Amino acid sequence: MSEGTEQKTDKPNNSKVIKKLVLVVFAMFGFGFALVPLYDVFCDITGLNGKTNDVAVAYADDGIDTSRTVKVQFITRMAKGIPWQFEPVINEVSVHPGEMKFVNFYAKNDSQRDIIGQAVPSVSPGLAAGYFQKIECFCFTQQPLKGGEEVEMGLQFYVDLDLPAEISTLTLSYTLYDISDKVDS
Amino acid sequence: MTTDTINESLDDAHNDDHHDHKMTGIKRWLYTTNHKDIGTLYLWFSFIMLLTGGALAMVIRVELFQPGLQIVEPDFFNQLTTVHGLIMVFGAIMPAFTGFANWMIPMMIGAPDMALPRMNNWSFWILPFAFAILIGSFFMESGAPNFGWTFYAPLSTTYSNGSTAFFVFAVHIMGISSIMGAINIVVTIMNLRTPGMTYMKMPLFVWTFFITAYLLIAVMPVLAGVVTMLLTDTYFGTSFFDAAGGGDPVMFQHIFWFFGHPEVYIMILPAFGIVSTIIPAFARKKLFGYSSMVYATASIALLSFIVWAHHMFTTGMPLFGELFFMYCTMLIAVPTGVKVFNWVATMWRGSLTFEIPMLFSIAFVILFTIGGFSGLMLALTPVDFQYHDTYFVVAHFHYVLVTGSLFSIYAGAYYWLPKWTGYMYNDSLAKWHFWCSLISVNLLFFPMHFLGLAGMPRRIPDYALQFADFNKWVSIGGFAFGLSQLIFLAVVIKCIKGGDKAAAKPWDGAEGLEWTVASPAPYHTFSTPPKVD
Repeated sequence: MSEGTEQKTDKPNNSKVIKKLVLVVFAMFGFGFALVPLYDVFCDITGLNGKTNDVAVAYADDGIDTSRTVKVQFITRMAKGIPWQFEPVINEVSVHPGEMKFVNFYAKNDSQRDIIGQAVPSVSPGLAAGYFQKIECFCFTQQPLKGGEEVEMGLQFYVDLDLPAEISTLTLSYTLYDISDKVDS
Repeated sequence: MTTDTINESLDDAHNDDHHDHKMTGIKRWLYTTNHKDIGTLYLWFSFIMLLTGGALAMVIRVELFQPGLQIVEPDFFNQLTTVHGLIMVFGAIMPAFTGFANWMIPMMIGAPDMALPRMNNWSFWILPFAFAILIGSFFMESGAPNFGWTFYAPLSTTYSNGSTAFFVFAVHIMGISSIMGAINIVVTIMNLRTPGMTYMKMPLFVWTFFITAYLLIAVMPVLAGVVTMLLTDTYFGTSFFDAAGGGDPVMFQHIFWFFGHPEVYIMILPAFGIVSTIIPAFARKKLFGYSSMVYATASIALLSFIVWAHHMFTTGMPLFGELFFMYCTMLIAVPTGVKVFNWVATMWRGSLTFEIPMLFSIAFVILFTIGGFSGLMLALTPVDFQYHDTYFVVAHFHYVLVTGSLFSIYAGAYYWLPKWTGYMYNDSLAKWHFWCSLISVNLLFFPMHFLGLAGMPRRIPDYALQFADFNKWVSIGGFAFGLSQLIFLAVVIKCIKGGDKAAAKPWDGAEGLEWTVASPAPYHTFSTPPKVD
């Protein structure tokens, strides 16, 4: 009987298809996680989301473009639950592309307990992030402050000569997080 | 395949009515591996979920009837909108389509059952647990999820009310259920088509479910991945989406919408299949452009993977990103337009009659197209900045999901009810259901376009005074639409209990193998594969 034999050939066929589909399921589950590093790479290349360099760069001494002036603004905000004061000493500087600048940020732990803070920078517009070069930044390291302690933290940076012409203002935003729980001390 | 079904198919002298080892009572439904039983379970489950999600929406509309806070706290309002969305997407629309797939695909391709009947049972019976967890969280100390059905981080991580774990486990179970259902559909369609039924001879209904199943297999695991990341971020100290630990909350949106956009096509492609079955039947013409319909469905499915960031225009993407996603999104209008033109061309100069399934299908074509147009408006980056997160978006996706998907489900239910129950539905009651639904659904959702354009934000329990009149009408439309769905319940119950006897083929223009078997469809059909030329 023809269907009898067909039923028999169907069975291994089924498991072949099922195996492939289950493989796709696991591959796509993995792909979801692979998107995490892929996204980071993509952001590094494009400057999407205003991510700046997280390790210090050396100052590239290629001259200073005095014909252009770029306004760099500093803003700070505290993440939920960190009892610190944190603000730029000056809110805004004007720089020429290629020129090195040094600015300070003030931080004070208003609470009685020791807290480790971590500032996370972000540049707006996002496309400018790749041209904002930090030579030295407190955001590269963690900031442990004892209860009541205050500190001035330095940021040394320059704006790349290749900064697209249409960008005349950069805003550097720092968000300060309490990472005491995440650090084993 | 169970040995039972093999034995049955070998023994075709056996009469259908005697060899079904149907258990009685609850055990029949718990242990069933019969595609028709499981289809029925899915359909009833989705209807119960529709009423549950609808009840939540009624509370939302009572709250929004007047400006000011009336009956619920803002936090509870957030829980209502979140769970309403989750129930309607994962509990009402998707299981309803799986129910159609279970009932109709084997009958349409001449197969005795689904290819994996035991897994089929399993994929249905884990669903009630998922929704018990989700709905049960209302009664927990934490309250239900309150971060929106899109569960953006950090709302669902750092700022979660403690319901994240319940939510994540519920979504995991729904995902596993969907994936098993989808694998079953693919294997059934690939391996159990009756001899002679080539891929391009399959009914378009089967094609749309075939493509939808692939979409599910591709993106449900991504959803499972992203909720797993949420879970570990919230409870195990990882930092996928936590900027303090080097993560990025915007990345959540990218991964979520990589799942989310194909998901919206998962909820509409089967609707295309249902409508493409019904319109030819009542226009008494062949479906215009069958192969273009197949290719259009496939291209919509493929395009759905490269348009996700149109949900995120306001996150500060670079200009080239916005342009890319804008143009890709607008490209989807082309295959969708092909479909709409094909439906209209099918009706063109046909001998139209307007039975209830046809009424719902025509309403689908018109109202879904309105939803498509508002989608095109939202696809335009510059104007999306105005529409983003307003009631315009709410109007858009309710037009495509309620007057789109849900209306197609009603169309399909009326079309196949005679086959399922063996009786014709009560026509005048069904007409009441259609006309009440049609009028109230437009009263409910159409003014939302204007509210959104005027700037009323979504997901907020209060609004500015100038929106009061429109919101009152919207709420009245909402209550009327909600009540109208009870008429459908009455129609179905009446139809199960009795009525005019349905012929094997009650619609004279209908085509397909499902009409070659008796009404109601015998418990086992096509134990011998039918001939297809």
